[in-house]
Amino acid sequence: MKLLSPEAYAKDIVTSVQEYSLLCGRAIACLFSKPRYVADIYTQMDSIGVGSLPIVVLTGFFTGCVLALQAAVSLKEFGAVNMTGRLVSLSMVKELGPVLTGLMVSGRNASGMASELGSMKVTEQIDAMRALGTDPIRKLVAPRLVATVFMMFFLTIISDACGIGGGGLVAVTLLRLNGASYFHTGYMSLVHGDVVEGLTKPLFSAFIIATIGCFYGLQTTGGTRGVGRSTTQAVVVSSVLIILMDFMVTQLMIDFFGR
Amino acid sequence: MGDATAELSQPSLVDTLPPNVPVVEFEDVHLRFDENEVLRGVSFRVERGEMRIILGPAGVGKSVLMKLANGLLQPDSGVVRVFGKDLCTLTLREMFALRAHVGMVFQESALFDSLNVEDNVAYRLHEEHLPEEEIHTQVVEALRFVELEKAIYKFPAELSGGMRRRVSIARAIISKPDLILYDSPTGGLDPITSNTIIELVVKQRDVSHTTSLLITHRLQDAFTMATHRWNAELGTMEKMPGNELDERTKFLVLNEGRVVFDGSTRELTHTEDPWLKAFLE
Repeated sequence: MKLLSPEAYAKDIVTSVQEYSLLCGRAIACLFSKPRYVADIYTQMDSIGVGSLPIVVLTGFFTGCVLALQAAVSLKEFGAVNMTGRLVSLSMVKELGPVLTGLMVSGRNASGMASELGSMKVTEQIDAMRALGTDPIRKLVAPRLVATVFMMFFLTIISDACGIGGGGLVAVTLLRLNGASYFHTGYMSLVHGDVVEGLTKPLFSAFIIATIGCFYGLQTTGGTRGVGRSTTQAVVVSSVLIILMDFMVTQLMIDFFGR
Repeated sequence: MGDATAELSQPSLVDTLPPNVPVVEFEDVHLRFDENEVLRGVSFRVERGEMRIILGPAGVGKSVLMKLANGLLQPDSGVVRVFGKDLCTLTLREMFALRAHVGMVFQESALFDSLNVEDNVAYRLHEEHLPEEEIHTQVVEALRFVELEKAIYKFPAELSGGMRRRVSIARAIISKPDLILYDSPTGGLDPITSNTIIELVVKQRDVSHTTSLLITHRLQDAFTMATHRWNAELGTMEKMPGNELDERTKFLVLNEGRVVFDGSTRELTHTEDPWLKAFLE
């Protein structure tokens, strides 16, 4: 492998950030001007939203189950096992629901976008699209961005609900807790700020997933090997950015809502 | 229709060009990829109705030249003018509008593999939001031109290499462009299939008189195009009588990023340049 000088490496990074920023800017600009590929948005919504449903439901459900089990063990030591519902609800709505959904959707869709667009790039289909008078950002990136942001919002709500439901099932069947008490404490513990925080994060995650997936796809060079490399990079970068974004949004929300 | 996509309903750009303005003009074009300087001051003109065949060793920048002519790449320096417009000064919207008048046949066909033949060929017409019936009629007409109507509902993966090139040609000509760019349309094909493709190119040249640029690695194909014509009555390609040559077919030979020959078939075959002679042999 050819080693890059620090200067060339730094230039590469700055160029990538510049290209990524331009792609994001142009994708957003495309949303405010015609033509809009509405049919492509629905197709992507089906692929990204409905297609990710099983993985999001299962992840949310079992995370809630595990959370209830682990919480009960710790809370028992303080005689606060009845607080299990509160802990599961807060954890799922504020943190685990949005982040795990983001990571799951990233693993499934950022990779899918990078490989699909990457394959199109290496087989000159992207160039053919441009040669046929169509802007690939308008036709390929913008619909994916809209679909991901829209569907992530609802996927997170479903994940939260499945997590709380899973926690409740464990609390009632395995921990022998009172179901009504579990859901009541869980419900009462949530305030407006928690829900806003939990539903703000998926919007940012979705933006990261769609733009990073498309960016690496459109940057693909080097044949099928390049497609594999882009796919891996898209998942790694989007996952890291989702966690980083989570930290920043959480800090911002704590400053704003005070919890 | 939106102004950022192909505007097919516009009139022919060639008809609106002033008499002395060429369809394609390269002026001292330089292009570098990292350390590799691909084009080192390329200049040439393609007049209306002309077929310019681009020859040269592999990796000399022929495909790059084609992408520059369609604005898919931008030169580091120099000017590329198509229909009299400097491509570097066009906005993205103007560029997409201009491309609606240019048909391009890619080296590996570049068909959309998730669309069937009909949707591939009809791509531009769908962007134009034409009525479905009209689109179907035009697609059938374009596929009939390339003798591939039976494959209309097939997907690219089900087609042979030669059939894909023919679909690619149909996709390029369906909107009756003012300029066609053929990037190695016979590359990787067997001689018989190559001949079928060349026949289609000659048919398009002689029936529509469209200005075109064509890259080929096969000298035999290049000289076939220069020495043959389309016989509309017999529906076949035939050799021109009395060793006549097609005057609209001209050659451009590149080597090491520079133009080493720019002229007619007769000038090329009578060249005294030692490198060119060796290349042609």
